[in-house]
Amino acid sequence: MSAGTSNPMQSHQSAAAATHQPLLSVRGVKTYYGNIIALKGVDMDVNEGEIVTLIGANGAGKSTLMMTIFGNPRAREGTITYAGRDITKMPTHDIARLSIAQSPEGRRIFPRMTVFENLQMGASINGLAHFDQDLERVCTLFPRLKERLQQRGGTLSGGEQQMLAIARALMSRPKLLLLDEPSLGLAPLIVKQIFTIIKELNEKDGMTVFLVEQNAYHALKLAHRGYVMVTGNITLSGTGKELLENPQVRAAYLEGGHH
Amino acid sequence: MDIFVQQLINGLTLGSIYGLIAIGYTMVFGIIGMVNFAHGDVFMLSAFIALIFFLILTTWLGISSVALALLIVLVIAMVLTSLWGWAIERIAYRPLRGSFRLAPLISAIGVSIFLSNFVQVAQGARNKPTPPMIRDVIVLFQGENGYNVALSYKQIIIMATTAVLLTIFWYLVQKTSLGRAQRACEQDRKMAALLGINVDRTISLTFVIGAALAAVAGTLYLLNYGVVSFNDGFVPGVKAFTAAVLGGIGSLPGAVLGGLIIGLIETFWSAYFSIEYKDVAAFSILAIVLIFMPSGILGRPEVEKV
Repeated sequence: MSAGTSNPMQSHQSAAAATHQPLLSVRGVKTYYGNIIALKGVDMDVNEGEIVTLIGANGAGKSTLMMTIFGNPRAREGTITYAGRDITKMPTHDIARLSIAQSPEGRRIFPRMTVFENLQMGASINGLAHFDQDLERVCTLFPRLKERLQQRGGTLSGGEQQMLAIARALMSRPKLLLLDEPSLGLAPLIVKQIFTIIKELNEKDGMTVFLVEQNAYHALKLAHRGYVMVTGNITLSGTGKELLENPQVRAAYLEGGHH
Repeated sequence: MDIFVQQLINGLTLGSIYGLIAIGYTMVFGIIGMVNFAHGDVFMLSAFIALIFFLILTTWLGISSVALALLIVLVIAMVLTSLWGWAIERIAYRPLRGSFRLAPLISAIGVSIFLSNFVQVAQGARNKPTPPMIRDVIVLFQGENGYNVALSYKQIIIMATTAVLLTIFWYLVQKTSLGRAQRACEQDRKMAALLGINVDRTISLTFVIGAALAAVAGTLYLLNYGVVSFNDGFVPGVKAFTAAVLGGIGSLPGAVLGGLIIGLIETFWSAYFSIEYKDVAAFSILAIVLIFMPSGILGRPEVEKV
């Protein structure tokens, strides 16, 4: 996360680019809740160093895909590969240890732990090795958290909880960061801040980001590439710019919104 | 006055043992929301393990220092009982995780019946006595009727052990990464897994810690009463569970506080009113406290901003 670690990450990036192997690859994934099918055979890739966004309406299956990548719920069919390894059947906690982090739907802050302890939990996989350094870093990104370090997670406002969820995900120094609706319920000014931070993480630290959003305009402007999901299927894909200009996307997700 | 002080000492001793057992109930309930009804029998089992090894060490191996023998017995009982705790979770509870809520509860009752019957068959149905281990007492003062108010060494050992262990485990849960992982699993198991916490292992460890503390309680129980029987798991188990609820289930200091309160009510009621109704008194106080403080004395209120 610091300047010192960005160099090895960049060299890694060029190695991956040479082999053209995506960092995360989802193939034909089907996920069920009981007998109800939620993902109907999803294919998508996230390449190293990219920001990829997934947009879609409520209930399309975006968050289910996020959680399926982590094996909870588990994909009933299809494969998920991360950095060349098949992680489809790997236990959730082992997947987290491959330096994938998620800021999940509903934020899932530990309500009876302090902000500080929540951040310590985020650094669990590397045993708090770079904790002080990373704490300082996330406090610079989110000064509001710094004032609230000894406060319990459950007493934070919605926006502060969102910041904490993202900060906690960053504490593990992830190579791939999964963000589920980071803008949900936040004031426009804070949304803007969060998107700026995502961009910085990507450009300065070479962090790969997979972003689920309902705020399609902001997400597509930020992302290199995007996918559109409708009731468990990927229906469209392309660069952020292409999707922004696509008439279907405009009609379904943008008209009447920003711009 | 003399009787009061003596009963205070006796009550705190009994309460310490309840408190140690109650920690096992409270931690398991905290992490998987299940009442481990077999915990009282795990406690009874550990008292038998302590009894057997105490006899082996003193009669067969001829260790004459009681303190040394007790220390070795304590360690052995903790290790073996932990293994039992681990195995019970593995066999009877883990396969039922994700099943309907009552399934592990019924399974726990089954384990409880199994353990008491197992001990009955293996050790016999009669009370098993040990020779008194520690007899020394300190006479604090002489009362009006020539009644000596005494604090026995074994009571000191029991109270001190409880205090030390509570401090250690409180530190463990509040300050170490294991304790943090435990609390995280308590609050949101799914999120804990997303952060790389091995939830199954954390739950196993909780059972192991609970069983180890039950083993300490079992050894101290044997030290205090010098006798144990196969059905000694039930009543102390229920009392300790009551203590956990009274103190606020999920809270470690609450469990010990609840244990001390139950122990004190019991001894004072026996001394001043009637010994037959001591359990009625203890459970009545529980009911009254819960009416006014539904989450127990140190329990957290249910309301939470999400």
